[in-house]
Amino acid sequence: MAQALAGYRICDFTGQLAGAGATKWLAAFGAEVIRIEDPVRQGRWDILRGNPPYIDERRGIDLGGAFNNHNTDKLGITLNLKTDKAKDILARLIAVSDVVTENFAAGVLVKWGFSYARMREIRPDIIYVSNCGFGHVGPYSEFKTWGPIVQAVSGLTHTSALTGQPPAGWGYSYMDHTGGYYMAMAILAALYHKQRTGEGQWIDLACTDAALTLNGPALLDWTVNGRGQRDKPVHSNRSQFNAMAPHGIYPCIGEDEWIAIACRDDAQWQSLATFIKQDWTARYETLESRLKEQDALDPCLTRWTGTWNKFELEEALRALRIPVGVVQKPAERIDRDPTTGNFGLWPVVEHSAMGAVRVDGQPVHFSHTDWQSTRGAPCLSEHTEEVLSRLLGFSNEELKTLRAEGVL
Amino acid sequence: MSVLQGIRVIELAHERTAFAGKLLADMGADVILVEPPTGSPGRLLPPFVDDQPGIERSLHFWHYNTSKRGITLMLDDAGDRVQLKDLLASADVLLESEPVTRLANLGIDYADLAGINPRLIHVAVTPFGRSEPLSDLPETDLTLMASSGPVWSCGYDDHSLPPVRGWGFQGYHTACHFAVMSVFTALLGRGVSGQGQFIDVSISAASNVTTEGASYTWLVEQNTVQRQTGRHASTRPTGDTQMRCADGRWVNTGVPPRFPAEFAKLLDWLRVLQLEDGFPEAVFLELGANWEGPFDLSRIGIDDTITAVFAAGREGLQLIARTIGAQDFFEGCQRAGLAVGIINSPEEAFENHHFKARGMQVPVVHDDIGRTVIYPGAPFSLPKAPWRISRRAPKLGEHNREILGKEA
Repeated sequence: MAQALAGYRICDFTGQLAGAGATKWLAAFGAEVIRIEDPVRQGRWDILRGNPPYIDERRGIDLGGAFNNHNTDKLGITLNLKTDKAKDILARLIAVSDVVTENFAAGVLVKWGFSYARMREIRPDIIYVSNCGFGHVGPYSEFKTWGPIVQAVSGLTHTSALTGQPPAGWGYSYMDHTGGYYMAMAILAALYHKQRTGEGQWIDLACTDAALTLNGPALLDWTVNGRGQRDKPVHSNRSQFNAMAPHGIYPCIGEDEWIAIACRDDAQWQSLATFIKQDWTARYETLESRLKEQDALDPCLTRWTGTWNKFELEEALRALRIPVGVVQKPAERIDRDPTTGNFGLWPVVEHSAMGAVRVDGQPVHFSHTDWQSTRGAPCLSEHTEEVLSRLLGFSNEELKTLRAEGVL
Repeated sequence: MSVLQGIRVIELAHERTAFAGKLLADMGADVILVEPPTGSPGRLLPPFVDDQPGIERSLHFWHYNTSKRGITLMLDDAGDRVQLKDLLASADVLLESEPVTRLANLGIDYADLAGINPRLIHVAVTPFGRSEPLSDLPETDLTLMASSGPVWSCGYDDHSLPPVRGWGFQGYHTACHFAVMSVFTALLGRGVSGQGQFIDVSISAASNVTTEGASYTWLVEQNTVQRQTGRHASTRPTGDTQMRCADGRWVNTGVPPRFPAEFAKLLDWLRVLQLEDGFPEAVFLELGANWEGPFDLSRIGIDDTITAVFAAGREGLQLIARTIGAQDFFEGCQRAGLAVGIINSPEEAFENHHFKARGMQVPVVHDDIGRTVIYPGAPFSLPKAPWRISRRAPKLGEHNREILGKEA
C-alpha cells in the first residue's frame, strides 16, 4: 500500500523547528518535501544548519545535529532568489507543487515577488501555509518571535513556576515544536479540503494564537468567573485548579534525582499512606484536608521520598496503582526506559555527510501506512540537480551553466 | 463548509483525548461524545461556573467539549454495545483512550470493527502505546510529563528546587496534536485507497519527541542538558534572559542586540528616555552602531571590543527594563527590531488588542443557562473552510433521543 501522503509535493521554505518540524511529519508519511535554501548564505537563515550538537570533531554547514533531527527524509535544493533565473525556476517548481510552506517573518516571500496572489496565478489551486509569531495580520504582525517569546506573550511562561519564585517557563521551545504541529495540521487540513473540493487557499498561522488556545480552562475561569491567573500564586507542579493532592515533584536519593507523585482520590492516598507507615499521614485522610494543607503535606512527603532510590520507589508505587513517574534524564528515557525503544521512537537515519545518526521519530504507528524515517537531512544543495532535471527537465549542460552563473 | 464537514467521529470520553475531539469538532466534524450514564470524570474537574460544582458546570469540560454532541452508553452492557457498534459501522473515526485490552474483550476493537467498516480510522491514545501493558497504569499529566522529558528541562538555576511541570495539561495536548495530525493523514490516505486503519498514539512518546535539544543532544553527542531559570536548558550555563520591569512584571529579553542597526536603535531609545548620561557604556553602543563588517559573536570573551559592545547591548536593555513598564519595554524593543516578549498571564494575553484584533475572543451561547460565554478562538483557520465553535459542550445524554432514539 502506498504511503498515506505519497504523491504530494511540498515546496518548502521552512526552517528552524517551528517550520521544519511540520514538514518532517509530511516527509515521514511519504510526501515529497523539497527544501529550498539560499546558496549565497549557505542556507544560514536556518541557524540550526551548522550548529551543535555534532556527531564527531567535524564542523560545517552540513553537520548540525539539530538540523538533521528536524529535516529527515526531505530533499534539499538551492536557489539564489536575487536572480531572475532562480525566480523563474521557483515559479516552475510552484507550478508542479501542491503546497508552499514558510516560517519567515511576515512579508519576506512577498519581497521576493511571490505573494499569495502571484503564486495563485502560477497555480490556481496552490496551498500556501505561512507560520510566523504574530501572524501576517494584526497590530503585532511586524513583531518577531522565537519559541520562548511565543511562550512568554501567550501565558505559558507565567503559569510554569513554583510559588515565590519568578516564572520558570519552559526550558525549551515548546511552542516551536507545537507551532510546527499546528502547521502540519494546517497543511494536512488544506490538502484534505483540496482533495474534496479542488480548492487551494492561504492559511496565515500565528504561533501565538495557537499558544493562547492552550490555556483553555484558565481563560474560561477568567471570562466566566472573572478570576485571572495573575491574581493567585502559581504552583504548576500542583494539580490544575486544585483537583488532587498530593500532586508534586519530590526529591530522591542522589544529586538532582526527583520523582512525581499524584493521588487522584482517597483510595490512592490510603494506599500510599499505608505504604509509608508514618503517623503524620493520619492528618490527611480527606481530599479536603490534603488540598488545604498541601504546604504542610509536601515537606512530610519530601522527607519520606528523600530516603528512596527513585526507580525503586517508582516500581513500588506502580505496584500499588498510585500515579508515579521518575523525572527521567535524557539518557534514562532514551536508553534505559524500554517503552520508548520498544515503540521504535529513535530511528537511525543515514546522513550523506554525518553517517548513521539517531533522531526523534514519530510518536504514532499506523497499522497500514506507517511512517518511515531512513534518510538524514539534505546537505546544502544535495538534490538540486536531481530535482531540477527530474521535475523540470533541465539538462546537465543547463544545470552546469546555472551553477556557474550563481543561480543555484 | 467546514473542513471536516460530513466526517463523523465517535469519541469515548476520556480526559486524555478530549482535546483531540474538540479540535476535530471545531473544524466541523460531527463528534459524538460517548459517556457512561453517570457522566465522564471530566465533568467533575474544576474550575466550575461561579465556583459551584456540578456535572453541567465544569469549565474544564466546557472548554474541551465544544462543538460535540453527547450520548450515554454503558460499554459493559451488551445492548448498549450493539448501539455503539451500529454507530461505528458508519463512522469515519473512533477516538479512545481505554485500557489496552478492554475493547478487544468487548468485541469492539479495530480487528472487530474493520470487518464491518473497513474505512474506519481507529485512533487509540494511551500512556505508552497500545501494545504496552504499562499503559494501564493510573498515570496523570504530571507523572507522564515527568517520565517523558519535559520536566527534566524546566525549572530554575538553583537545582535544590524541584524541576517544574508546565501547567495546563500540556502533556495531553501534545498527544492530542499528534492524534489530530494522524486523523488528517489517514483521511488523506483513505481518500486514495478507500482503506481506514488503526493508529496507536503514545502520550509518553509524544512528549519524548517534544523536548527540543534535550533529546537530540543526547542522541547526537551523549550530553545532558541542565535546567536554567526561564530559558533553555543547556549543557553549558547561558546568560539570564528574564528581567523584572519597573512595574514589577517580567519580560523575556531574548537575544541581545548583535547587529549595527540594533545597537543604533537601542542607543536612540536610551537617549529618548534620557538615560544616556547615566550609562557610561553608551560609548560601546556607539561603536556597535558604527561597526563595519561582521560582528563576530564567537569572539566574545576573546576580542575585548566585541565583548564590551555585546555586554553594553545587554546592559542597556536591562537599564531600560528597570526604568519602564513591561508592556512599554516589550513594544519598544519590538519596534527596535528585537525579539523580546512580555510575560503575560493567560488572561492578559487574552485581553491584548492584538489577539482581540485576530478574533481570538469567540462568543458561545449557553442557551440552557441564558448566558453567552467568551471562549478562546481558533489555533488556525482555513479561509475556505473556517474553524467554528458550532455549539456549547453537550449536557449529559443531551443527544440520546436524536442519535439513539432513547431518553437520557
